[in-house]
Amino acid sequence: MSDALRPLHNARAIPVAELPLLSLDRFREEILIAVESGGRIVSLFGQPAGDALRLYGAVATPEGGLAVGCADVTGDGYPALTPDCIQAHLFEREIAEQWGLRPEGHPWLKPVRYHRPLAGRDVWNRAPDAEIPPAVTEFFRVEGDEVHEVAVGPVHAGVIEPGHFRFQCHGEQVMHLEIALGYQHRGVEAALAGGPHKRTLPIIETLAGDTTVGHTLAYCQAVEALGDCAPAPRGEALRGVALELERLANHAGDLGALAGDVGYLPTSSYCGRLRGDLLNLTALLCGNRFGRGLIRPGGAAFDADPTRADELLTRLDAIFRDVRGAVELLWSTPSVLARFEDTGVVTPEQCVELGLVGPAARACGISRDVRFEFPAGIYRFAHIPTSAWHGGDVFARAFVRWLEIERSTEFIRTQMHNLPAGEARLPAAPPGPDRFVLSLTEGWRGEICHAALTDSAGRFARYKVTDPSFHNWTGLALALRGQQISDFPLCNKSFNLSYCGHDL
Amino acid sequence: MLKTLLARLRQGHRTVRWPEGSPTLPDRLRGRPTIDAARCPSGCRLCVESCPAEALARTDDGPPTCDLGRCLFCTECATACPHGAIRFAPEHRLATRRRQDLLLSPQEYPLARALEGRMRSLFGRSLKLRQVSAGGCNACEADVNVLTTVVFDLGRFGIQFVASPRHADGLLVTGPVPQNMRLALMKTWEAVPPPRVVIAVGACAISGGPYRDRPECSNGVEGLLPVDLYIPGCPPHPLTTLDGMLRLMGRLKEGR
Repeated sequence: MSDALRPLHNARAIPVAELPLLSLDRFREEILIAVESGGRIVSLFGQPAGDALRLYGAVATPEGGLAVGCADVTGDGYPALTPDCIQAHLFEREIAEQWGLRPEGHPWLKPVRYHRPLAGRDVWNRAPDAEIPPAVTEFFRVEGDEVHEVAVGPVHAGVIEPGHFRFQCHGEQVMHLEIALGYQHRGVEAALAGGPHKRTLPIIETLAGDTTVGHTLAYCQAVEALGDCAPAPRGEALRGVALELERLANHAGDLGALAGDVGYLPTSSYCGRLRGDLLNLTALLCGNRFGRGLIRPGGAAFDADPTRADELLTRLDAIFRDVRGAVELLWSTPSVLARFEDTGVVTPEQCVELGLVGPAARACGISRDVRFEFPAGIYRFAHIPTSAWHGGDVFARAFVRWLEIERSTEFIRTQMHNLPAGEARLPAAPPGPDRFVLSLTEGWRGEICHAALTDSAGRFARYKVTDPSFHNWTGLALALRGQQISDFPLCNKSFNLSYCGHDL
Repeated sequence: MLKTLLARLRQGHRTVRWPEGSPTLPDRLRGRPTIDAARCPSGCRLCVESCPAEALARTDDGPPTCDLGRCLFCTECATACPHGAIRFAPEHRLATRRRQDLLLSPQEYPLARALEGRMRSLFGRSLKLRQVSAGGCNACEADVNVLTTVVFDLGRFGIQFVASPRHADGLLVTGPVPQNMRLALMKTWEAVPPPRVVIAVGACAISGGPYRDRPECSNGVEGLLPVDLYIPGCPPHPLTTLDGMLRLMGRLKEGR
């Protein structure tokens, strides 16, 4: 039995035999020490192994690498990590819901997605044929004179995915927000098990539709590593361009929506249009505004000849000029800044404790960025400086997005001017047997993690997806504390998290 | 103030000249496919086997059929076909009124007709919709939402998304309808005062899409709600959706 986690690289497969099987105590200790000394949990999940449930843990180490390990748990429960390590809280709820393993001492053990266990026991002892209605559960309550509860959703006022928000308020002030999701649960992980098969790519591409490129890239990196084959360099560059275009479109859209939520209509109106223009650049590459069909194992399924590359760059220049004009209005309008600044603050300490990722973390001054920390694909050769700001408020989350728009635009220009010669796509080998891989990409919301485990036939024994939203929803709940309830839409939009990416 | 005005001037006029002019679409747009059955050798099922959504079918030596209600427009079939029988044209007009009309046949594609009688007089010039995302991945939602921007300016056609189902003339549904959203969807529909319309947008809402026959999902609104307008795609291009809505309202000129 090993006694330490095994270091590994992003998107580089290892034989399953090299995954260190630790004692449960040692496994807990390794994760707790890593997190305590400045690391964080990247993914934590369970998978049945004989009579036991095997827990797999992946951490970003304090030294700046990745490390994994696993441990077997027999019996109904194990001592939870959450009391000593808050960022494990949702992972442990997920393990309990999926496999019926009780994390003893978990302070808030509730379902995550409201579905039946994938196998084995039901940790809440629900009857096998009982209905499991989403968000029908105890909520954290604040009692007292003039304290009231506000319930919102699942169906919201806008064109937006469903979720339920429960506020405990004193007058206008929010004392506590609890977020109950699961309405979007489509059984993604169950559908991916046993793959790759014909539906694998369509499911990955619709896992979180606004992050089609981010998730599909993570998937392709994973299967390429499992099959021990390298994608075409030209395809890698095009995939990087597509990932940054996705970031540009979503960031520009978010800045417009933030402007709309504070009633500043010029930027709201301009950025709504510009977001669409940016999606059209992805459609210029592949015919689909979300990049469906573009990212494929082995490279990119569509190439850009010099004429197409020129057109993309010309259009990008014009769009960037207009985005700059629209966004700079925000920074020079006092009424906008007054609403953005000091609203929805997440402190750096909270950010580190919760293990937030993406722009939400970088807005707390914490430099976390897969492209820089664990580069794979094109990012091994072309670096994007990490954009961080301080303050942890709506302003910082907006400003980080603007900084990233500038840097991603520059990256796309450089890449499109220097596309490597050759094919955009090479034949890819199927995944090899008994291998494990951790594949990370920096989606526009933050770190996307796909962990894949193949069986002796090279099929997915487990395909575990961790969307950045899974880390970040609790950050939104904390940001609301002490705020006016009327600031919820603004705070919510400043995170703009995925419901389906969380609900899987 | 001067800065704001200057920015306004620079941003210019951005609303598309459509339906008056012709639409601008990406040249690689994967729109309505055509199947040239004359090229299909007997017994060949390569396209059928390659389809991830079971949209294609072929009985014996009949021509292959494609159900656009299931099609993800991924073009796996066109890639798998060595005979060049399947082509995806940049044709964005796809919406139909009846589910069976989505089955591609050699006959002319029956694009959606306008609502009849009282429904048309009620909704032809003003249509308020409540959108329900029931397991939608946020791609359909995003490309429905984009219709409200200055580019498409949905309001000029009298179409508007409203917050309350009680204020709505109908529902626009996206997503494969997970079991966990079924009740919320049905309650929202019941809250819309009749007469009401239902618009199903995207492969998931029409048939379940990639989630068809998954136990965690219904097969979209199939068997749950009476649908008045089907808009296929994954996701449909915004102009596909707008084209469908305008056809339903009887707002497009003959022959368009």
